[in-house]
Order: sequence, then structure tokens, then C-alpha cells
Amino acid sequence: MKAFISRIPPAAVALVLSVLLFFAGGLVQPDFLNAAQAINIVRLAAFLGIIAAGQTLVIIAGGEGIDLSVGAVVTLGAILTFMVSGGNNEGLWLAVLVVIAAGAAIGLVNGLGIVYIRIPPLVMTLGMAGVVQGTILAVTRGDIPGGVPRALANFVTGRFLGVPGAIYIWAVFGLAMWFVLQRTRYGRELFAVGVNRRTAALSGVNVPGVVILTYTLSGVLAALGGLLLLGFTQRVFLTLGESYLFPSIAAVVVGGTVLAGGRGSYFGTMAGALVLTMTESLLRAMRMGEAYQLIVFGGILVVLLSVYGRQRQSN
Amino acid sequence: MTRAFLRNKTYLVPLLLLLVAIGLNYYLQPNFFQPRVLNGNLRVMLPLMVLAAGQAIVIIAGGIDLSVGAMVSLVNVTLVTLITRESGPPEMLLGAGVALLLGAAAGALNGVCVAFLRLQPIVTTYATSFLFSGVALIILPRPGGSLPRALTTFYRSAPLGIPATAFGIVVLLLLWVLLRRTRFMQNLYAIGGSAAAARASGVRVALNSFFSYVAMGVFAALAAMMLTLSTGSGNSRLGDAMTLPSIVAVVLGGTRLAGGRGGVVGAVIGVAILTIIRNLITFANVPTWYQTLFDAVIILLALAGPGIVRLIRERKA
Repeated sequence: MKAFISRIPPAAVALVLSVLLFFAGGLVQPDFLNAAQAINIVRLAAFLGIIAAGQTLVIIAGGEGIDLSVGAVVTLGAILTFMVSGGNNEGLWLAVLVVIAAGAAIGLVNGLGIVYIRIPPLVMTLGMAGVVQGTILAVTRGDIPGGVPRALANFVTGRFLGVPGAIYIWAVFGLAMWFVLQRTRYGRELFAVGVNRRTAALSGVNVPGVVILTYTLSGVLAALGGLLLLGFTQRVFLTLGESYLFPSIAAVVVGGTVLAGGRGSYFGTMAGALVLTMTESLLRAMRMGEAYQLIVFGGILVVLLSVYGRQRQSN
Repeated sequence: MTRAFLRNKTYLVPLLLLLVAIGLNYYLQPNFFQPRVLNGNLRVMLPLMVLAAGQAIVIIAGGIDLSVGAMVSLVNVTLVTLITRESGPPEMLLGAGVALLLGAAAGALNGVCVAFLRLQPIVTTYATSFLFSGVALIILPRPGGSLPRALTTFYRSAPLGIPATAFGIVVLLLLWVLLRRTRFMQNLYAIGGSAAAARASGVRVALNSFFSYVAMGVFAALAAMMLTLSTGSGNSRLGDAMTLPSIVAVVLGGTRLAGGRGGVVGAVIGVAILTIIRNLITFANVPTWYQTLFDAVIILLALAGPGIVRLIRERKA
């Protein structure tokens, strides 16, 4: 039985769990069970999923890899889009470029600090989160001028065949991540680095290069996540991205990517984001008090982790 | 003892950082060493020092605990529920006893998940922090409660002219000196260094790392007691903001996040550095909007310091 369970891909387990949770929601709260609600939940999960994309790469790279700066970078991405575009459609392209550059720069510094100064990823990226937040505060002084380009809002929230744009964007992200991880040299090297850095280096992989590139990509993906999130929330505030930080890590782990590195997939992360969002929506729909929502969410998270978050015997 | 301490280079860099920080603070705030000011600083530091001490023990054993802030909140609301303004010694003792048991139980839950079920510590303790926050919110839905005046005055007092909190730090360090010599702590160092090697040499890995989380829970309860004495009231989110600083302090103090090396002395120094950086920013008249940035940049530089020194040395060699 146990051997059988461990052979099912984690992504499938998480996916089946979210469907089960959805129907369970229908049992307790009949008006929960309809197509509009399902689409709405997938749309909410899309943002968590996109923000967790970079986190997936960083965790696969191993070496205690983790990126605690994604929350601050998401906020920065949204604020830069808001300010640079000034709410004009024409300014959106420039905003995209600025957002990518800023995310890349932050990720690059993270990577350099981790690889060359050997600061543990957890504290390096945590410190970077503080620096990004501090810079936002110092530059904007709490007053953020700008606007949301209509084109961005339409792109993210507009519907095509009844499905919101965010979900299409997420699907494209999913395919792109699959391609990068499974069909490129970078993807192959990333897994090799995650499994064992020494053997990867011996077989000719530029380990520092791969690790630095991975943190850079994580910064870019988080910043782009912030840009897309702005299209959904249509307003910015200083703590916009914070609530996505730890869920982005939880989504990766629930999706079966091992924190020790070297193993995992973005489809798993997508399913993980779906389960987490489904659980939260369900608890909210049941109108439980906040305290009980916290307890049940924590409990479910522990159960989900014990399905696939287990470490090998001797780590 | 002193010579051994100096030879132990783990604490050398953090200690130098601390001396520089204290020097700067004294320069900007000439009354820094006045008992009243010193006492005020120590009162802020002590709860985080106790919490970081626990975090150091877990990290030495190769783990990490992101639920410590929620544990502090949970114990804090329990204390103000059991102890009211009119409480006498029996209720106070009961409160303290329940607090310690609660902390140990919360830590045991983490320990079971991480050590016995082998769940990954970062995400597991993040998950249990929701449980603790939820229970704390049920115990005390709205901030409130107050302690007997005698208790809060005691925390601010300075018997023999030395702040009570300074005694607290001395007790914490003495406790560490004793704990360090125990078989338990030696086992934790071995596990953090290499779990496989520790197992091969007969250390019961799961059992010992389970107890590292229980110890963390007890330290969180102690930290919550100090914090409650300091604030005199309860709030179900009171400790939340202490989690990440407790980890940063441990790393600033020279403890490796990977485990196997470091100690509580470093964590105590780390907390002192963090607190003094805040002081410096206030007394250097840094404009309000720049304070977060300065704080973060200085902390990042302090974290990078040892690595940069090593990098330069390697270049020369």
C-alpha cells in the first residue's frame, strides 16, 4: 500500500485532493459547488502559482535553497508597474522592462551573496527582503503615485470563453516552466546541481553560474508575479506581496518538490497552489471564525506535508 | 575559561561587531551607560535573547523553528488569562507552571512532526504556527488583560543597583554553560554536524532532535513570560514579529544554519547587535522613511562581514 502511494506523482495527489476538497465544500455549503466558484478559485491560485514558480527553481537547486525575498519583490513589481506606467497603456511595456530589470538585479545580488560570500540563502534573501521594503519606503514615503493600465487589468481579469485571462497566463507559465525544466540544458544542470553540487561540478556543470542564474530567475518571476497581481487587485499597498511568501514555499513542498533539492516539478507546485487556495476558500465559505480557520488551515497543511513533505531517512 | 573563549573563534566576529555597535551607540547617546537607559535597553533585549537561545539549540541540531513567535503569543495570552491584576502568588505560580507546560507541549508537537514523522522543519513549523495562532486567538479574542503591579515593577527593578534583566541574562548564560556540558547537547552538536555519523556512533537521532524542539518550546514560554512582564498585557499576535529576528540573531552570532556549530552566547550577542542597530538609527536622526532601509542594509552587511573577510583572505592566498 505504502509503496503504491509513493509511486503516484505528488502533483496528481494534490490535484485529486483539491477536487475532493471542492466537493467536500459542496456538502457543507451547497452554494460553494458551482462552475463560477471553481473558476474563481483557480484564478486566485494562479497568482500564488506564478509567484511560486521562481521558488520552485530555487528549491530544486538545493544547498538549503529558499527565497524569502519573493514577498517584497512581488510588492516591488506591482509598485513599479503602478508608478512607471502611470496608468497609461503606452507605459506598460516600459513598466514590464523595468520590472524585469529590477527583479533580475535583486535576484542577482541574492545569488552573488549566496555563492561568493556564502551567506546562507535563508538569511541572505530575508535580509534582501528588508532592503527592498526599506527602499520602497524611502523612495515612496508611503505615497505612491501612478495607476493601473487598463490593458493590464483587461489582460488579467478579462474573460475569453468564460475563463479569466489569469488562468491562461498561468497555463502558459506552466508550459514554459515544463519546457525549461525538462527540455533545456539549464533544466538538466539545475537538477544535477540540486542532487549533488560536487558531482555536478565534476561532470562539467558551472555550478556557481547555475545557482546565480536560478536566484536571478526567481527575482524576475516574482517581480512579474507582482505586475500580474496588480492587474487583479488594481491597487497597491506596502504589504501586497507579503501574504504570498510562505504560501509560495508551502505550495512547492505540498507539490512534492523536496526542500533538500534535486527533485520536483512545476506541475506539482501548480497543484500545491491549487490545494492551498482551495482549502482557504473552503474555510472562508464555511464562515468559520478566524481562529478556527487558522487552526484548520494549519492542521490540513500538516496533513498535506506528511503525505509528501517527508525527508529521507538519513539526510 | 577566558582563554578558551578567545581561542573559540566562533564568537570573535560577533563580539567585535557588538563592541563597534556599542561604541557608536555611546558616541551618539552619551548617557548609554546610565543605569536607567541601560535597563531600558536590556528590558527590550531579554525576551528575544531567551527566544534566540532556544532557536540556537534547534539550529545547532540541524533544525529550525518558524513557530516560535506564535508560541510566544500563545503563552502570553494564556498568562494574562490565568493571572489578573488581583492575583496572588498561588495564581502566579500556577500561571508560570501552565506556561512552561504549554510551551513544552507546543514544542513536542513540532518535535513529533519533524523528528518522528520526518517532516521538513521549515514548512512544518510554519504550518503549526497557524495552529498556535488560532488557539491564541480563541483564548484571547481581543488584546487586553493586565498583570499585578508587583510583577511588572519587579521586571523594571534594579536590586543592588543592577537591573533585574541583567541578572536574567547572567542566568541565561549560566544555564547554557551547564547545558552545553550535558550529553544531550553533545548529541545535538553531533546530529547537526552529520545525522548519519551520529546515528552510526549510537546517538538516538530522532529522540534527541525531538527534545531539541521541546527545549525550544520551554525557551519560548520563558521568553513569553519576560515579554508579558515587560508589556503587562496580552495580545494574540504579540510574538509574531519575533520569529525572523530570532533566526537572524542566531546567524549573526556565528551559528551555522546548517547545524553542528555555534551556541547560545552567539545568539545573545546577536540580539544585542540587532537591538543596538535600532538604537543607532534612532539616535543618528535617520529620517523616519529611511529607517527600515538603514536597518536592513546594516544587518545584511553584518551578515556578509565574515564572508567578505574570508573572500579577501582567499584572494590574497
